[in-house]
Amino acid sequence: MTPIVSYKNITKAYGELEVLKEIDFDIYPGEKVALIGPSGSGKTTLARLLMTLEEPNSGTIEVEGKGLWHEEINGKLVKANGKHLREMRKSIGMVFQHFYLFPHMTVLKNVMEAPVTVLGLSKKKARLQAEEMLEKVGLGDKLDVYPAQLSGGQKQRVAIARALVMKPNIMLFDEPTSALDPELVGEVLEVIKEIALESDMTMLLITHEMDFAKEIADRVAFFNEGTIAEQGTPEEIFNHPKTPRLQTFLSRFNP
Amino acid sequence: MSTYEIFVSLAKVGLKVTLQVTFSAAVLALVLGGISGLARMSKHKIIRFISSVYIEIFRGTSLLVQLFWMYFVLPMMGIRLSALTAGILAIGLNFGAYCSEIVRSAIQAVPSGQTEACIALNMTKVQRMRRVIIPQAFVMMIPNLGNQLIELLKSTSLVSMITLTDLTYQANILNATTFETTKIYSMLLIIYFIIGLPLSKGMKLLEQKVSEGRV
Ligand SMILES: Nc1ncnc2c1ncn2[C@@H]1O[C@H](COP(=O)(O)OP(=O)(O)O)[C@@H](O)[C@H]1O
Ligand SMILES: [Mg+2]
Repeated sequence: MTPIVSYKNITKAYGELEVLKEIDFDIYPGEKVALIGPSGSGKTTLARLLMTLEEPNSGTIEVEGKGLWHEEINGKLVKANGKHLREMRKSIGMVFQHFYLFPHMTVLKNVMEAPVTVLGLSKKKARLQAEEMLEKVGLGDKLDVYPAQLSGGQKQRVAIARALVMKPNIMLFDEPTSALDPELVGEVLEVIKEIALESDMTMLLITHEMDFAKEIADRVAFFNEGTIAEQGTPEEIFNHPKTPRLQTFLSRFNP
Repeated sequence: MSTYEIFVSLAKVGLKVTLQVTFSAAVLALVLGGISGLARMSKHKIIRFISSVYIEIFRGTSLLVQLFWMYFVLPMMGIRLSALTAGILAIGLNFGAYCSEIVRSAIQAVPSGQTEACIALNMTKVQRMRRVIIPQAFVMMIPNLGNQLIELLKSTSLVSMITLTDLTYQANILNATTFETTKIYSMLLIIYFIIGLPLSKGMKLLEQKVSEGRV
């Protein structure tokens, strides 16, 4: 099977600080991959590169067989232009740790916005889709409420609906529950689990919820200091960690 | 001369010009402020340069001198403006430079996460500005823009110096003929204050309206 996402020899640095070091990483269609690892190890950066929020210093990323930051024109690799990036982004959606809902729009408008402005859907159609999606994440009764009136868990569920309604093939979740009060984590994980189980969407999930990762992931990758230090099935990673670093990391979650 | 007669005289002769200058210069200032504020953030160096030259010149020199310059110097260079046009232009350009900074800083104050969410939703830069960034920046701008409009209204009294018969000019005329100095200038204060009231009230309402639901 050919990967849907392929990081090839990716290096990313902020000034002197090398955040990702020659990463090679493939994700296969429909796969649910969990990224775990200490904070500052480069997990978010890996996702941001794929969402085209950051540009790699070297290496290439391929999505659905095409260069993300490069395109091939007459056999030559050239830097992607805005048009190419927009074409590529059609396949990718992202949910952020801090939601980033549009505060000046109601819940419904938040979800309708991109289908109308980006995909050119009629308001009527976009509205139906948005309502359906919000229903699915359990917020069918909050359509006309502004984000400020929602709990963190509700905000994140709106953000999930907003990303899903664009029908991406690849969804990135960057610590979707890390900014939430503990009692609100469950409702968001529940929604993500449902999506993971019922859809054939490819998912990259960065999380500190180990039980959750164990439950939904096909594969778990452990990040450490800008490299993938170990990867395998949840069984391998959580029950038989090989590297001392991973063992130490996991021991913090199961004292 | 009775207080009432002073009021009538000021209102009849000067009020129209003051309102006209205020309104036209305000529209000009807001439009220029919006354009040059956005231009300051353009990806083209030349556009950023032109816009910052404009802002620095008009903020760095005095409004009164700018007025004199437009009315007395430009004609020597073959550009003859009526006193009204010169007044509106000078005030509009001057306040446009200040508004521009307000526009720019409000846009930059919108959290970067909003931009990232837009990119993740595949919005173009124009869509992102129009639909997400500017509406949020606008709310932050309103109080400052409101203050600028009040300032602008007050500064219109300077046009009396280039022969425009606005409220202040008319007050000066009345004073020179009747010597009712206290009554005249008190009335002048009150009239400016009253014109300013709906302006600040209007901005408050606008602020409430556009920030609806957000906190
Ligand atoms: N925009 C940035 N500028 C400078 N350093 C950054 C920036 N973004 C991330 N970093 C640094 O890169 C490293 C990796 O960050 P990140 O990918 O967010 O890690 P993780 O998500 O695993 O916690 C951290 O040391 C962080 O401080
Ligand atoms: Mg992170």
